[in-house]
Amino acid sequence: MATPVLEAIDQTQAPPQGPPRPNVIYTWLTTVDHKKIGLMYIAYALVFLLVGGVEAILMRIQLAVPNNHFISPQVFNQLFTMHGTTMVFFVGMPILFGFGNYLVPLMIGARDMAFPRLNAFSFWVSAFAGLLLYFSYFGASGLYAAGSAPDVGWFAYAPLTAKVFSPGHSTDYWTLAVFLSGVGSIGTALNIVTTILCMRCKGMKMSRMPLLPWLYLVMASLVFVAVSPLTAAQIMLTLDRYIGSHFFDTQAGGSAVLWMHFFWIFGHPEVYVLVLPAFAFVNEIVPVFSRKAMFGYPAMVAASVSIGFISLSVWAHHMFTVGLGAAGNTFFVFATMVISVPTGIKIFNWLATIWGGKIIFATPMIFCVAFLFQFLIAGLTGIMLSAAPFDWQLGNSYFVVAHFHYVLVGSILFALFGAFYYWYPKVTGKMMSETLGKWHFWLFLIGFHLTFDFMHVPGLLGMPRRIYTYEAGRGWGGWNFIVGVGAIFQAAGLLIFCYNLVRSYYRGKEAGHDPWDAWTLEWAVPSPPPVYNFAIEPTVNSRRPLWDLKHPEDPDSDYE
Amino acid sequence: MMNTSSTIPVEGAIEAPWTLPYRGTVGMACLIVAEAAIFIIFVVAYIFYIGKSISGPTPAQVLELPIFGTICLLSSSITVHFASSALRKNNLHGCTAFLAGTVLLGAIFLATTAREWYHLIYEKGLTIQTNLFGTTYYSLVGLHATHVVVGLILLSTTLAFSLTGHLKEEHEKKLEVLSLYWHFVDAVWVVVFLVVYVLGR
Repeated sequence: MATPVLEAIDQTQAPPQGPPRPNVIYTWLTTVDHKKIGLMYIAYALVFLLVGGVEAILMRIQLAVPNNHFISPQVFNQLFTMHGTTMVFFVGMPILFGFGNYLVPLMIGARDMAFPRLNAFSFWVSAFAGLLLYFSYFGASGLYAAGSAPDVGWFAYAPLTAKVFSPGHSTDYWTLAVFLSGVGSIGTALNIVTTILCMRCKGMKMSRMPLLPWLYLVMASLVFVAVSPLTAAQIMLTLDRYIGSHFFDTQAGGSAVLWMHFFWIFGHPEVYVLVLPAFAFVNEIVPVFSRKAMFGYPAMVAASVSIGFISLSVWAHHMFTVGLGAAGNTFFVFATMVISVPTGIKIFNWLATIWGGKIIFATPMIFCVAFLFQFLIAGLTGIMLSAAPFDWQLGNSYFVVAHFHYVLVGSILFALFGAFYYWYPKVTGKMMSETLGKWHFWLFLIGFHLTFDFMHVPGLLGMPRRIYTYEAGRGWGGWNFIVGVGAIFQAAGLLIFCYNLVRSYYRGKEAGHDPWDAWTLEWAVPSPPPVYNFAIEPTVNSRRPLWDLKHPEDPDSDYE
Repeated sequence: MMNTSSTIPVEGAIEAPWTLPYRGTVGMACLIVAEAAIFIIFVVAYIFYIGKSISGPTPAQVLELPIFGTICLLSSSITVHFASSALRKNNLHGCTAFLAGTVLLGAIFLATTAREWYHLIYEKGLTIQTNLFGTTYYSLVGLHATHVVVGLILLSTTLAFSLTGHLKEEHEKKLEVLSLYWHFVDAVWVVVFLVVYVLGR
């Protein structure tokens, strides 16, 4: 019987890499190619990662010893505001959107995103939002003074943000930057959902889609319902500050608690918006380096979707100390605890994937192993904090700071580093240095644990977050010193990583199509992929089209 | 080295023909979800602040039911539907007429809102700064009116294309995407009407 065939491998040669043309800037500024836009997102986020990292180091120097006056209290307030806002809105979101932009069309066998021009628009809006935030250092007091960045904290509680309490324009810069970043995020999320639903190649049913696009689908859907409320709240705050409305004006009967609700309706799902792509990277890396197919694909999809839903009903666990009443407390305690069930399913599935595999401990994989371990601990402290009485004791302490940095750094950033080492060969055609990668990993791992393991302790001893300095007799000094030392290790690791990114581009080994012997469609095209992605539109018959191609005697499609 | 030209025979024929949803529709659906979330936040703020103003005027003193404007806006949902089904049947003149009707009805709605605001601001002295009612009323109704304005710009552009003969049967799907947005704007008005003029009074 004549049978249809799978043709995934592109035989077209990559275009020759000539010397950079004079119009290279013009090309990048005007591009609508999903790969170029993805790379711009990532580059822009890396710049802000360094900026946010410097801010963190300055704060750690200030807190390393008691009664320190390394920086002024005003500057300290600006630093923690800018650090939080930068890391969430101008590092986390853009870097994850960058990877999504680059990878989703390649993994589903599409030519580009569904709306390429909207894609460029979203990127530039987000990029200018970041510049706007940092322009506050020059523009926030008009011509009178420089150095008045926003200082209201990254969640900007009312009524501190009111015009009377935050005069000048620094808070306006914060509001507008976050608003614009929200517009860009919604645009990109819309693009990702539409791309995944409407642009899949032939044969790629939803049940055959790789897990990375699946998790990006959940993440992008979450962006609509999570980021939009924040955008609405920013409109209200702008109205309050500019034309004298009273949404959060407590003098006119407005409610400060309403802002907290609106902010955390965004703020908690946002954590899942950031962590779902990290799960997505681990989902791709762990099977390839365990040489096994993903364990429990349907359970993984179901767990991701249910995390998306449950994450919408947990926001008020950020507000236990406000006093929600017994019914409210009970609901949010249980909702928060329930979300650890699908998360646990994921952890067990990753472990089951690794179990019995021929594990290859290349740099992407060791970052994922560290992710597994650290994400588990982050989840455990999360369950501790989900209990309202425990939270009353430790809310707004350094224990909370340590917990969420375990999620953001220990889980998301580690998975991201893994993703960099894993997909760098695809993007540049060169392998990243394994030696430098191991140095990066161990330095960052030691630094991470020095900083964030020991940060739990001053929290338990009663140290509140966001304090400028503390008395020597409190017993927090030694712990904070260790935390500061860890920051230095992390900075060293990060610098090695940046050096590795640049060095490997010029001196790295040639990677070829498929250096990791992987199974998803992006490895079927040359590295770097040509502008058109696929010369022939691929057809897939299973979740691992390249496995089918390499093992025609035993294709996956027989088992799915 | 990997075999770059291998092909795999697949058991049996590939099932049904490969069709995926139209991306315009999916994109608009996503936009509607995101916009709905924004409106929900404004509606929640409105409901939360009902009766919490510490000075007058109150909704019961100044608001009147905008029956005429509501009828116009809801009818425009029907006309835009007829416009897109006329285009599907390649009835270009009918499409132009229904588009013109939609734009007209939408414009009348905006005019009634403008008249209401004029009345409230200059005769009743209610502005966005007056009290919490003014704050939530103008921002919610204003947010909706902004969406009506955007819809009217898009519809007028389509009408201009239609009058100059550039709108063809092949644009039927795109017009349907636009009408989806317009239906959403109308549906939001139903919620705003119930919350502001029925529940809030």
